[in-house]
Amino acid sequence: MAAPLIAFRNVSRVYGSGEAEVRALADVSFQIAAGEFVAIMGPSGSGKSTAMNIIGCLDRPTFGEYLFKGIAVQGLGQDARALLRRHALGFVFQGFNLLPRQSALENVELPLIYKGMPGPERRARAREALRKVGLEGREGHDPSQLSGGQQQRVAIARALAGQPTVILADEPTGNLDSARGQEIMQLLQALNRQEGITIVMVTHEDDIARHAKRLMVFTDGRLTRDTAVGERV
Amino acid sequence: MLWDALRLAFVAIIRNKLRSFLTVLGVVIGVAAVIAMVTVGEGSSAQVQASVERLGTNVLVVRPGRVRMGPPLGEPAPRFDLKDAAALAELPIVAHVAPQSNGSYPVVEGNANTSTQVSGTTAEYLIVQNWPLGMGRNFERSEEISGASVCILGQTVRATLFGAGDPIGATVRVRGLSCEVIGVLTARGAGSFGQDQDDLVLIPIKTMQRRLKGDNEVGSISVALLKSVESATGIRTVQALMRDRRQIEIGEGDNFSVTDMRDFNTLLSGVNSVMAGLLSAVAAVSLLVGGIGIMNIMLVSVTERTREIGIRLAVGASEGQVLAQFLIEAVVLSVLGGVIGIALGLALAWGGSIFLAIPFAPSALVVAMAFGFSALVGVVFGYFPARRAARMDPIEALRHQ
Repeated sequence: MAAPLIAFRNVSRVYGSGEAEVRALADVSFQIAAGEFVAIMGPSGSGKSTAMNIIGCLDRPTFGEYLFKGIAVQGLGQDARALLRRHALGFVFQGFNLLPRQSALENVELPLIYKGMPGPERRARAREALRKVGLEGREGHDPSQLSGGQQQRVAIARALAGQPTVILADEPTGNLDSARGQEIMQLLQALNRQEGITIVMVTHEDDIARHAKRLMVFTDGRLTRDTAVGERV
Repeated sequence: MLWDALRLAFVAIIRNKLRSFLTVLGVVIGVAAVIAMVTVGEGSSAQVQASVERLGTNVLVVRPGRVRMGPPLGEPAPRFDLKDAAALAELPIVAHVAPQSNGSYPVVEGNANTSTQVSGTTAEYLIVQNWPLGMGRNFERSEEISGASVCILGQTVRATLFGAGDPIGATVRVRGLSCEVIGVLTARGAGSFGQDQDDLVLIPIKTMQRRLKGDNEVGSISVALLKSVESATGIRTVQALMRDRRQIEIGEGDNFSVTDMRDFNTLLSGVNSVMAGLLSAVAAVSLLVGGIGIMNIMLVSVTERTREIGIRLAVGASEGQVLAQFLIEAVVLSVLGGVIGIALGLALAWGGSIFLAIPFAPSALVVAMAFGFSALVGVVFGYFPARRAARMDPIEALRHQ
């Protein structure tokens, strides 16, 4: 069996020390294979955001091992992790996190700039990504001229443009009404099925989690449930 | 990547036009001060240099009285007369001698009139001054001896009285004395102090003494030494002769002065360079303050754009790339200030050169250095804020509102 794409081995994440010590993740182990669509749920403070940050190479475990494509991320510095994010990861946030006063196209180009891709190729790639999320013809619009659903599509296009192995979505529908939320979920499902992109998504809505294939639930820093979606416990 | 960072920097600067302008004001003022002062300084040095070269040979100026600051002490020193000039001309080391007696008189031609300096002198004045005639002729010996009513005009006087007309052969009235115009000098421009050297009328010295002043005095004597003679030797010889003629006892001080015009001009250019040095120091302080202004505003900008930095780090920007972005922004800002400052400084120097009547002498080296220094200010003072941006924790930065 090939090495899993994402592997947590007894991962703990501790903030502060002594009396003020907070254990956000406590001895968590799991694996995610390429092509999966995982929903992570749990109350706030359960450690699900910490787990996402570690998967996204934004944070490192205090103890334990995190292997991404077999690479031990806990030993990597800021720049090495930036390289992993640049080449293998795409982020979609609850608050969209687009650069204001820059067009949709420029926002989608952003990760490609850091890849050092020349301008014409970059713009062609960004246009293609915007087309895939159904925003053809909106390339020149500022985020402020787009609806919430459209802004989130731009954010997905930005994640997509870098041709990532994994897209990490942190409550991608949290700021959208349920109809827009459903559209975004269908888009993510399509990317998962058609492009084979692994998707890990944090949400607290059952309706949204249902679109995933696998559900992980965190409670008090521990992984308390890990089942296929639709399976009853 | 570099192009994108430059574009981003311009976008960020244009977005906050007023703030950007106020930020770079310190650099603008510093650079403008350096450029203006150095350019004016170079212009006046060039001026002094040109007047030194015009003199050609060593020229000594002999005047009665000591050259000193403050009110005159005791008895006024006795004047010179034409015999003193003749005696100086006898010296073997002297090539030419031009006695002068000056006054300021109205000069009238028809309806046009002007008040100008009138110099009573001899034909040798033009040789000593290395000052060619533009038209007409010099004084003749017979005119000098008889004190004829003839005159040579400076260009400014000619332009005032005759405009485009031909003045040769015309008659002008110098304080009521009718003089025939026999020559016109070439234009010489401004002197070491910025005075107009062409605002001048020459007449034979005897004409001056007899018809205008009514005395026998000579105000000063210009002495051109032979080319082979050191000016120090010339000064000693002239001093010895004059002490003898004026019967000054050994141990008594001179009641006249001998000045080497070259020394005088060298002194002037020395003063100029001291002034330029002082003003450059002031400008350096201004650049320092300007740099701190840029650092301050870059720190504000980094804080305001924390979330943007978080997004950039999340999509894979390395520390170096974020550092470069903010460093380039600071450098663009300070170079922009430098360019505005260079333009402003050159404009000021240009205006100043017209006002002071000196050549406008912009130096490519000084402009290049001002440009380089303003860029350096951006790098030095932009580094700390840029490093702060690059070292941000992406998680914290993304959470920032």
